[in-house]
Amino acid sequence: MKNLSQVSNPYNDDKVISACGLFGMMSLEGETFSGRDAMRAIANMHVRGNGLGGGFGVYGIYPDYADLYAFHVMYQSRRGKEETESFLQEEFGIARAEEIPHRDVPAVQGINDPPEVWRYFARPAAAIGEDKEDDYVVEKVMFINTKIQDAFVFSSGKNMGVFKGVGYPENIGEYFALEDYDGYLWTAHARFPTNTQAWWGGAHPFGVLDWTVVHNGEISSYGTNRNFLEMHGYFCTMHTDTEVMAYAVDLLIRRHRLPVEIMAKVLAAPLWSEIDLMPEDERRKYTLLRQIYSGLLINGPFTVIIAHRNEMIGLGDRIRLRPLVAGVKGSMLYLSSEEAPMRLVCPDLDHTWIPKGGEPIIGRLSTREIIYENKPVLVGSE
Amino acid sequence: MQSYLLPEFKIERDDDRCIRCQVCVRQCGFDTHTYDEEDDSIYSNEEKCVGCQRCAVLCPTNAITVKPHDYGYRPNANWSREHIQDLTKQAETGGVVLTGSGNDKPFRIYWDHIVLNASQVTNPSIDPLREPMELRTYLGRKPERMEYDGGSLKVDIAPQVAIETPIVFSALSYGAISYQAWKSLLMAAREAKTLCNTGEGGWPKELREYGDRVIAQCASGRFGVDSDYLNSAAIVEIKIGQGAKPGIGGHLPGEKVSADVSRTRMIPEGTDALSPAPQHDIYSIEDLSMLIYGLKEATNYEKPISVKISAVHNAAAIASGMVRAGADIIALDGLRGGTGAAPKIIRDNVGIPIEMALAAVDQRLREEGIRNQASLLVAGGFRNSGDVIKAIALGADAVYIGTAALVAMGCTLCQKCYTGICNWGICTQDPYLSKRLNPDIVTRRLVNLVRGWSLEIKEMLGGMGINALESLRGNRLHLRGVGLDQWELDALGIRGVGT
Repeated sequence: MKNLSQVSNPYNDDKVISACGLFGMMSLEGETFSGRDAMRAIANMHVRGNGLGGGFGVYGIYPDYADLYAFHVMYQSRRGKEETESFLQEEFGIARAEEIPHRDVPAVQGINDPPEVWRYFARPAAAIGEDKEDDYVVEKVMFINTKIQDAFVFSSGKNMGVFKGVGYPENIGEYFALEDYDGYLWTAHARFPTNTQAWWGGAHPFGVLDWTVVHNGEISSYGTNRNFLEMHGYFCTMHTDTEVMAYAVDLLIRRHRLPVEIMAKVLAAPLWSEIDLMPEDERRKYTLLRQIYSGLLINGPFTVIIAHRNEMIGLGDRIRLRPLVAGVKGSMLYLSSEEAPMRLVCPDLDHTWIPKGGEPIIGRLSTREIIYENKPVLVGSE
Repeated sequence: MQSYLLPEFKIERDDDRCIRCQVCVRQCGFDTHTYDEEDDSIYSNEEKCVGCQRCAVLCPTNAITVKPHDYGYRPNANWSREHIQDLTKQAETGGVVLTGSGNDKPFRIYWDHIVLNASQVTNPSIDPLREPMELRTYLGRKPERMEYDGGSLKVDIAPQVAIETPIVFSALSYGAISYQAWKSLLMAAREAKTLCNTGEGGWPKELREYGDRVIAQCASGRFGVDSDYLNSAAIVEIKIGQGAKPGIGGHLPGEKVSADVSRTRMIPEGTDALSPAPQHDIYSIEDLSMLIYGLKEATNYEKPISVKISAVHNAAAIASGMVRAGADIIALDGLRGGTGAAPKIIRDNVGIPIEMALAAVDQRLREEGIRNQASLLVAGGFRNSGDVIKAIALGADAVYIGTAALVAMGCTLCQKCYTGICNWGICTQDPYLSKRLNPDIVTRRLVNLVRGWSLEIKEMLGGMGINALESLRGNRLHLRGVGLDQWELDALGIRGVGT
């Protein structure tokens, strides 16, 4: 098995330590827009990164292939590409394969020695039943990421994609010409790692299926969280906090089928002193959650923006040790590490606020709602 | 027969300071000191002194100094003075050398070779005086996952017992220790919102009101066990073994079986209380399962069932079997665990350090995917809050303290618990001695100890950037080993410092 920790964590520290800037914007109407604003916004937080990682997660970019899994795959050698493509051809029916268009390297500042990044639109080769397709895809992605040398899958969801690499995020956006893509939900990440060598696969967002995570934090409970996830069959090969966060979300939402609001209360559990004051039903519920999922409490500073086709979710740790600001304009929801980038791309926001620690903000496409503190936030100009 | 034993302690009395108040004379249950009226002098018989320091502490003028006797034997690296003394004792008695409290031999104490982490720059440390810091722990079997059904969460959870600090009072039986000492532990457990283990000596009826803070032990002698005993407790514990004497039973001499002890233990007054080495209805793992479920039936599945074993070589495999047999809590008692009475040769030579047993058991249960099915309670020589927090990081849910609690009550580890005489009023049934303990004051001392350790644990947690104890549980990345060989680091599942 290839050891991703060797590229992600070359000095074999306990884990990769990094801090970051985060930005997300979403149209609750599902209207698509160019990546220009997301790039401007994340560039506004330039100093939150150090040029060792930047990336974007975009939803709604492949309407012509909306029913097919879109694989974004990075190759560091010809052999990695050959092995991956023959594997994909065995396991999937591929409707289209192409290198992701990009600008020439010398023209883009700060991008050096980029790997080839390809995309494939595909469906499982054999009929395996719709409800089993996601598990099938996860298994195949894990195979490529852990078994095939010099290949790494950035993203594997439908009608979405992750673009990322080593560099400042605005340079990565320029390299992939993201102003040419239209999506209804964009997340962006500027990375400031302290102990990793530059590796394109290690940039954010981290994605499995159509779930992506951009994360700013340094999880003090990493060892405990990792133990819990290993008990449930997840192996943390990259030694990053974001990987832990992504697996936790996958376990709670996809495998344990808990609602997003409950997932947030596992990762950033209410304090016992708060639980003790709740009405009986609530007290029992939150007590049970903490008893069962004590190993998934994410302790230490973090802010995370989690996205999938239907939702963009912002969440901070329960004592708010990393920044998060939310803003609304019409049917647009903004989430950001700082307020200035939101004002830059939308000077006349209807409303901004600093969410409470541990309290998720959920933008939901299906109901066109923003949920905060378990109730809808008013959307649109009043 | 003329005894060839030399005194163990030397008593020095500063005659200029001594005011002949005779406190020392009255305080020594071993009759070490006597007052001679004619001479107006106090004489000390050093052969009787056990070095408990009671007289030295209570002397109002600090006139008494008690220190280890400087034996005149020729120094010998192989034949230490302890060996010569034990040989002499056995030659004179033909018996088994008895002792009390825990193993005092210089086996490696791994806690002293493990250091903790702290946050610097990349994440903030947390100040427990200004931020919330949570130590609450729930003991009991946890389900693997939560079920969600439309509007509501659904799950059947096994019984859980909450403690507000991970420090639990270990098994000290009434009979081994005095009524006053035993009651103080119950009172302190209630005030500190933790638990107290009855030990195997039953549970006086008038103290059943403390039941929500009690772990009731069901040991091989079954002393005091009936339906009310089991149902009055928060947790029931099957005692298989004890760290101080793995593989052997217990023996409370008839002298200690007073009327009250006899009533509580449900045995005739003045008879020896013998705990067999094994539980005679448990000769294998399926027998254990039957007893576990027997106790669950008897308590209507409303209480977690703990199973306590000594830390031995195959503890991991045994613990795994215990979880599969239905145990909700695994209690492990290590090499340095204390006792009221044990053969010295057993105490000093059998079992393994709790650090190693804990690391192995936690890891095995995780590898088998059943760690959530049982809480892990560990015992065996925890000396301070640093030991406790390291145990949590190695994977324990909570820690049992016995010896540390005894010291808080006044014990000075003289190791004479088996004699029935305890000048501190702890390990005795002599009313003249035991009335020295005022339960209200002893409770305060015990609560202070737990409070002090809990505050220190919060400080260390905050330093690591963690504000809930559960986020340190099994989090071995916060530990590093110093001065350990690679096999030891591997066995503990930790890295060495500087790596």
